[in-house]
Amino acid sequence: MSASAYAVLAEGVVKRYKGRKEKGGGKRALDGFDLAVRPGTVHGLLGPNGAGKTTAVRVLATLLRYDAGRAEVAGIDVAREPRRVRSRIGLTGQYAAVDEGLTGRQNLEMFGRLFHLGNRRARQRAGELLDRFDLTEAADKAAKEYSGGMRRRLDLASSMILQPDVLFLDEPTTGLDPRGRGEVWEAVRALVAGGTTVLLTTQYLDEADRLASHITVIDRGRAIADDTPDALKNRVGGDRIEVVAADPGDLEAVAWAVDRVAGGGLVVTDTPARRVHAQVADRVAALTEVARSLQGDGIAVEDIGLRRPSLDDVFLRLTGHGTTENHDAPEVAA
Amino acid sequence: MTTLERNPATTGVRRPGNGSDPGPGPDRGHRHAYWAVVDCWNITRRTLTHYQRQPAAILWQLGFPILSLLLYGYVFGSAMMVPGGGDYREFLMPGMFAMTMAMGFMNTAVAVVTDASKGVVDRFRSMPMVPSAFASGRGAADLVVSAAELTILAVTALLIGWRADGGLMGALGAFGLLLLLRFSLIWVGVWLGLLVPTPEAAGGLYAVAFPLTMISSTFVSPSLMPDWLGFVAAWNPISSTATATRELFGNPVAGGGTWVEEHAVLMAVVWPLVITLVFLPLAVRRFQRLSR
Ligand SMILES: Nc1ncnc2c1ncn2[C@@H]1O[C@H](COP(=O)(O)OP(=O)(O)OP(=O)(O)O)[C@@H](O)[C@H]1O
Ligand SMILES: [Mg+2]
Repeated sequence: MSASAYAVLAEGVVKRYKGRKEKGGGKRALDGFDLAVRPGTVHGLLGPNGAGKTTAVRVLATLLRYDAGRAEVAGIDVAREPRRVRSRIGLTGQYAAVDEGLTGRQNLEMFGRLFHLGNRRARQRAGELLDRFDLTEAADKAAKEYSGGMRRRLDLASSMILQPDVLFLDEPTTGLDPRGRGEVWEAVRALVAGGTTVLLTTQYLDEADRLASHITVIDRGRAIADDTPDALKNRVGGDRIEVVAADPGDLEAVAWAVDRVAGGGLVVTDTPARRVHAQVADRVAALTEVARSLQGDGIAVEDIGLRRPSLDDVFLRLTGHGTTENHDAPEVAA
Repeated sequence: MTTLERNPATTGVRRPGNGSDPGPGPDRGHRHAYWAVVDCWNITRRTLTHYQRQPAAILWQLGFPILSLLLYGYVFGSAMMVPGGGDYREFLMPGMFAMTMAMGFMNTAVAVVTDASKGVVDRFRSMPMVPSAFASGRGAADLVVSAAELTILAVTALLIGWRADGGLMGALGAFGLLLLLRFSLIWVGVWLGLLVPTPEAAGGLYAVAFPLTMISSTFVSPSLMPDWLGFVAAWNPISSTATATRELFGNPVAGGGTWVEEHAVLMAVVWPLVITLVFLPLAVRRFQRLSR
């Protein structure tokens, strides 16, 4: 067995769905897909609808066979030893997979036994997870009476029974309210602190921004970018400094001050908004420098700050189409 | 060696064998067999828990046979004639048992499609359990539930005057044949459950199931039907089980003297074997196709 520096590794993976043409058969859902996830990190997989995110997750979680390429999870070849992979992973699919005929507790105990924990440990583990996901009160109610958020949390708890090496989360917070979303994030962070690697697909870019230390952007079955969120944003254009003058008469002086830190870059003056902005290389130095020189010249400013490009900007730039779903992403304090 | 080092202290639950054991695998035969049984039992237990939480579900499933039993037994019963003589209700009961077993494939199919469409099947498939346990556990639970259904039906039948005069061995043989039919139809149910897209669509299977049970010797002897229909009805696997159990229970058989009716007990064994041989591989293939 070859040593692998990655918790998840995909190289040139091709997946063609079988089935009739009109149902999407024969099309390459993954078309030479590459992915490398470092152990102990949260890795975001972003892409527009139909990009192949779910397909990638299902291939890596041993649910789908792939046609070409190579895939390893926890250093184990996915195609050759799917069963060993299964004892190392957890999966939360795009739709909550809970047994609605059972209670929350019975669900977790059943899955625990199927993870070969044995009766006693399965029961104990179910108790711990119910507690952690704030489901203790509803533990003995049938899952079909659960709200969407509770169901999601139960689903997530089921995928964490074994404290997996690698956890696949396919849009884990879609349909959750801000509180539920926060709980999911907290659980993910706790798992990662315990050594688990998380591969997360999401439509919410702020979610990727908050959780992921690394992001792969996928489009039409191919990874088109792979970097840290910061580097991706820099690629779209680095940070910008923005100054709003208190007095329109000071705009020119403000522009001069900004020009000194812009390193020869374009300084934009937005007269009606009394705003001057420019791209800067060293954000903190630029901010300090501009603030100091404006203060020295006695120029009053209404606002001064740095604006970073959002992942939305990145996304739009890279894929040529934005995410339509992300503008309803609720604000959540991390 | 794996590079995924971790601090055991932070790991709440360690996987069985602590990582060095790949779990059940085809290379370790007896361990595989062990887990196949354990996983099967856990899936069985899950299904039985469903019924335990909702015992009324069994009565609901028995609604149709019990209604038919009362309708045919009392409303039409007096007008029904049993060729070769005998009491119609005595003739009807074993047919009712066979019909209930035959319709059981619907319950299997609905349960399977519900699991598949809710993602539960995917969750099972992503876990280190033995894949066959999904179907074997389902089947075992269905047999237990069917045995319970037969018991309820038999008690109801006894209450309204049905008698089995074939002796204990006959009765046991009859129940065995009924469960054998149900067993073979588990695979039809699993196959259909993986074939249809939604539980709602599975409801449409009644349109197929109902005529299949009607064109049999369940309610009337095929000898009373038009020639071609009687031929189809006589060769219906449900008829073989119904006729065989009538023989074994010592109830009126009302056979038309055709070969298949004369060898009902044999056919009540052959048919389920044929059905299993056809549909078990189909169900397995369907399950494997999920990963395409
Ligand atoms: N079972 C299937 N059979 C045939 N084609 C499929 C199947 N599942 C997905 N596809 C196709 O494969 C492509 C990738 O789909 P996939 O579900 O992986 O996208 P996704 O990135 O998860 O999208 P979303 O954001 O909508 O969840 C799409 O073109 C889709 O139509
Ligand atoms: Mg998807």
